[in-house]
Amino acid sequence: MRWESYNGGHEASEEEKQVYVGRSLMASSRPFTLMPTPGGPITHTQHPYVTGTSVLGLKYKDGVLIAADTAGSYGSTTRYKSVERLKQISNNTVLGATGEISDFQALTQLLDRLIVTDAMWDDGNNLGPLDIHNFLTRVMYNRRNKFDPLWNSLILGGVKNGVKYLGSVSMIGVHFVDQHIATGFGIHLAQPIFRSEWKENMTLEEGRKLLEKALLVLFYRDRSAINKIQIANITEDGVRISQPYALKPTWNFKAFKNPSSATPGTW
Amino acid sequence: MSMVFAPQLAEAAPTSHAGASWSPYDNNGGTCVAIAGGDYCVIAADTRMSTGFSILTRDHSKIHQITEKCVLASSGFQADIRALQKNLDARHQIYQHQHSKQMSCPAMAQLLSNTLYYKRFFPYYAFNVLGGLDTEGKGCVYTYDAVGSYERSGYSSQGSGQTLIMPVLDNQLKSASPLVLPPRESSTPLTESEAVDLIKDTFASAAERDIYTGDGVEIVIINKNGIRRETMPLKRD
Repeated sequence: MRWESYNGGHEASEEEKQVYVGRSLMASSRPFTLMPTPGGPITHTQHPYVTGTSVLGLKYKDGVLIAADTAGSYGSTTRYKSVERLKQISNNTVLGATGEISDFQALTQLLDRLIVTDAMWDDGNNLGPLDIHNFLTRVMYNRRNKFDPLWNSLILGGVKNGVKYLGSVSMIGVHFVDQHIATGFGIHLAQPIFRSEWKENMTLEEGRKLLEKALLVLFYRDRSAINKIQIANITEDGVRISQPYALKPTWNFKAFKNPSSATPGTW
Repeated sequence: MSMVFAPQLAEAAPTSHAGASWSPYDNNGGTCVAIAGGDYCVIAADTRMSTGFSILTRDHSKIHQITEKCVLASSGFQADIRALQKNLDARHQIYQHQHSKQMSCPAMAQLLSNTLYYKRFFPYYAFNVLGGLDTEGKGCVYTYDAVGSYERSGYSSQGSGQTLIMPVLDNQLKSASPLVLPPRESSTPLTESEAVDLIKDTFASAAERDIYTGDGVEIVIINKNGIRRETMPLKRD
């Protein structure tokens, strides 16, 4: 029995047999295919498109604080300025993501199904931040095993039964927990600040100030960071993600006024 | 011949990894050491986890207890290491259900080798040292490469500081060649506390010159009384 093709049974011409090849708007564009050429290789997405930059997290006296800016970059353009990169997962957990925004959205949808299923059991026990961290690690690692990664670095924070939890997962499944964590550029610019100034049992105000200081440094030095930020606060009582607000940068540093004075010979 | 929509073609097509901009592997660094004695085994690993030139965390354990008398220390790609640990744990659970007893250390050694070779063509990037007490209660150390080639010996080191530590252990522990006749004991003549002190010295030395080794060392000692754990801080630079 001969199967009819989708174009009604007539012989496809050479032009029609051409697989659609698209070009993205970014500077260094690479062709992508919507479906594999018959007999040809499967090519998975190897590059992110719309990306978020650093996410920062730290533990304080009453819980966990996680912060991120609200930018979605499209290559070197700041294409979206109101992207929510912090999402409440359950009543005691928040997830923040660096990297491909669409992959983060797919993850939050997946986690939503997980949390709903867990709640439907109605057995008096719910998944805590540790369990969700474990789940995310397995998801990211299994995608890496199939050579089709979710292009994200994740920070997961929460509080359950008085225990504060803060963990990270990378796009290839590398995971760990710590008292303060950063992803993306934050590893290089924010973590050193945390290592110097974080201490046990900080107040909410101290924690917030420390995050804002690190976010400001990132705004100065990370090209993909913007001024508009959000901070999530997770305590035993629940999750509160702030409305986005602006940090106040200073530009009248002496070194900024005459930048070349510190580097003789430059122009 | 009209163009036939055949979904099974997609599965049959080879996957292309040409021009890939990401690697499925990363080296998260670290060093593992184990020394076997007449009635003890000491397994140690540093607690630093790195990526590239950054430190991810200073307080991450590379040591995993699989059975009552068997401990696995692994350095390399942390995601693969964790998957390997979970894999062995699951297999050990099944073994316990089927045999109503724990796996012996030599049995676990063979299982680890087979597990690693199973992924010969997409390896676990893990450099393992398995330590514990054998069926006679004597210390045993097994050392592995990433695809499962293994050997029992009196002592071993794996990981980023391996080349710095192994010569020191060779010098101090003077293991007999396996070719010597009559065959000599493969475990060392040190006492338990001397072995622990040697471990501390070797890690302090490795931390001086290996950038991926540092922050702290976790030392696990297994003997007939059970398992105990010690930690010692290392240089954080």
